Amino acid sequence: MSATTHSGPAATTTSSRGTAAERHRGRGERSRGASIALHAALITASAIAVFPVLWILFISLGPSTSWQQPHEVLKHLGLANYRFVLLHTSFPKWFLNSVIVAGATTVLGVLISASAGYAISRMRFPGHKSLMWTFLVTQMFPMAVLIVPLYNLLAQLDLIDTYLGLVLVYCTIAVPFCAWMLKGYFDTIPRDIDEAGRVDGLTPFGTFWRLIVPLARPGLAVTAFYSFLTAWGEVAYSAQFMGRDHSTLAAGIRTFASDQRADWGSMTAASVLIAIPATIVFLLVQRHLVTGLTAGGTKG
Amino acid sequence: MTTATMDEPAPGTAARPPREPRPGLMTSIRRSWDRHWYAWAMVAPVVIVLAVLVFYPLGYGTYLSLTNANETNVAKNIGPVHIGATYHWVGLHNYWQVLSGKDGDFYPRFEWTVVWTVCCVAVTYAIGLAMAMLLNRRVKFRLFYRLCLILPWAVPAFIGVFAWRLMLNSQYGVFNDIITSFGLPAQDWLGTPLSQKIAVIMVNIWVGVPFMMVALLGGLQSIPGELYEAAEMDGASPLQRFTNVTVPGLRPVTSTVVLLSTVWTFNMFAIIYLLLGNNTTGDTDILVTYAYEKAFTGVSDYSGAATYGIVILLILVAFSTFYRRQLKPEQA
Repeated sequence: MSATTHSGPAATTTSSRGTAAERHRGRGERSRGASIALHAALITASAIAVFPVLWILFISLGPSTSWQQPHEVLKHLGLANYRFVLLHTSFPKWFLNSVIVAGATTVLGVLISASAGYAISRMRFPGHKSLMWTFLVTQMFPMAVLIVPLYNLLAQLDLIDTYLGLVLVYCTIAVPFCAWMLKGYFDTIPRDIDEAGRVDGLTPFGTFWRLIVPLARPGLAVTAFYSFLTAWGEVAYSAQFMGRDHSTLAAGIRTFASDQRADWGSMTAASVLIAIPATIVFLLVQRHLVTGLTAGGTKG
Repeated sequence: MTTATMDEPAPGTAARPPREPRPGLMTSIRRSWDRHWYAWAMVAPVVIVLAVLVFYPLGYGTYLSLTNANETNVAKNIGPVHIGATYHWVGLHNYWQVLSGKDGDFYPRFEWTVVWTVCCVAVTYAIGLAMAMLLNRRVKFRLFYRLCLILPWAVPAFIGVFAWRLMLNSQYGVFNDIITSFGLPAQDWLGTPLSQKIAVIMVNIWVGVPFMMVALLGGLQSIPGELYEAAEMDGASPLQRFTNVTVPGLRPVTSTVVLLSTVWTFNMFAIIYLLLGNNTTGDTDILVTYAYEKAFTGVSDYSGAATYGIVILLILVAFSTFYRRQLKPEQA
């Protein structure tokens, strides 16, 4: 039922246009003044939301000192910062590392949290209540306590400075939240579908994989988005666990700022380049964000 | 089939039939395994990852908090030479130091952490709800507004923070230009403790609103339109419709979102750490950043950091237990 809400806006706009033509104000119609106020509020809020991002984009297009003279940027528009970042720094290497780590975290995180979420949603087994509680409690672990023991543990397992180690660590951050949300999402899918699958001779896992996963796409999209962003933007673990050759973008980009003089030109260009994949992933899943989050959030 | 079936109401948990004679321990384990192995197999990957990478470190951290471990006395390798650990058990000494206020830092930090969490969550919730309600109407360009408003969430947090750091720069930052054009006095945003506090709260709200908005928007859309129609028929004013239909309808979402964002804000490390870097006096440190600094600056005080971590965890567990218990009767 929640999957159909997307068609809502389109359908309602056409119908509202129909009633407006008839010149009497129906339910949900607004006076002109209210409309203007509404748009003004939304525009202001959007401007505040977007401005810092656009500002970085703007600064990055100027010369490398442009953050000190923002008004000079328009006279010297150019891609010099980007050229420098792409050709003369380790940025491409960091980028590749980040893609590997974030991609692996997303795939692994979504797979295991989906199967756990499904089991918790559909099967009643000893430990199912406490597992939900555990997922919530895991959110509360301050990473400052975990980081030292985690470092020792990874060192013992020879996972320091490896992609696998970092991916597993990121999974511990992403998975509890994802499993919690997916459990809620699976709860909204009627059980009749599972039963139909079982009658047709599917195993519980087969039901999950062939029937439920395709139906749960909005929920899965949101969790994928969350896992990807977690891995893409995490700083502290990456900075401590990964060596020079394997550092991800978030850890690597700090070297621009921590040198003697902060190189804001490269910093802004790199930031824009980092934000692009995240924004693309986001645009791909944003249609599902509302439905996915609701179902997960409410039934938690 | 021996696997856990879908529609059996909670076998093994609540509805254990009393008439059966109590089976031996082995048989009951066996029976429970036969019935539930499928479910356990499906949750096993998550449980294993969490057990190894969260609960083991947590246990180790708890152990450290009961010792006097610091950088000078833990085991380490200097070249080929291995130096054994020389720290020892001190019992609850660290906790006593912290909770009695003897270390002089806990209560000021705790106070600021509470202020920070309450401010951030309350304002973020209010703005998120307002935005969600605006977006839940028929508006032209709704998709465009929605995309703009969610953008701060899509951009990785550290980039958002860098953008703000650039904007808040006292000398060249554009933020001062903007507020002076509205007639407000320019501030040294990243300089003095008070303005630093305002700056971190502001940035955290900027980062946090989209999640709140999206979750609440979903909640609003799940409230059936008939309820509003019925309320309107009964002559309810817009305000009454808000308090009697919207607020109760949002309660499930609200309770989850407020709990989650309280926990996240309480533990918010990246924003404070990245926005202010090292030029703080320590006044803006919340408990988490303070613990991190204990562990990684100067002579690393591992036991102190671990103690703080455990105390933070206990505070949050206590809070969420209390919170959920308070909520239960209302939800019923």
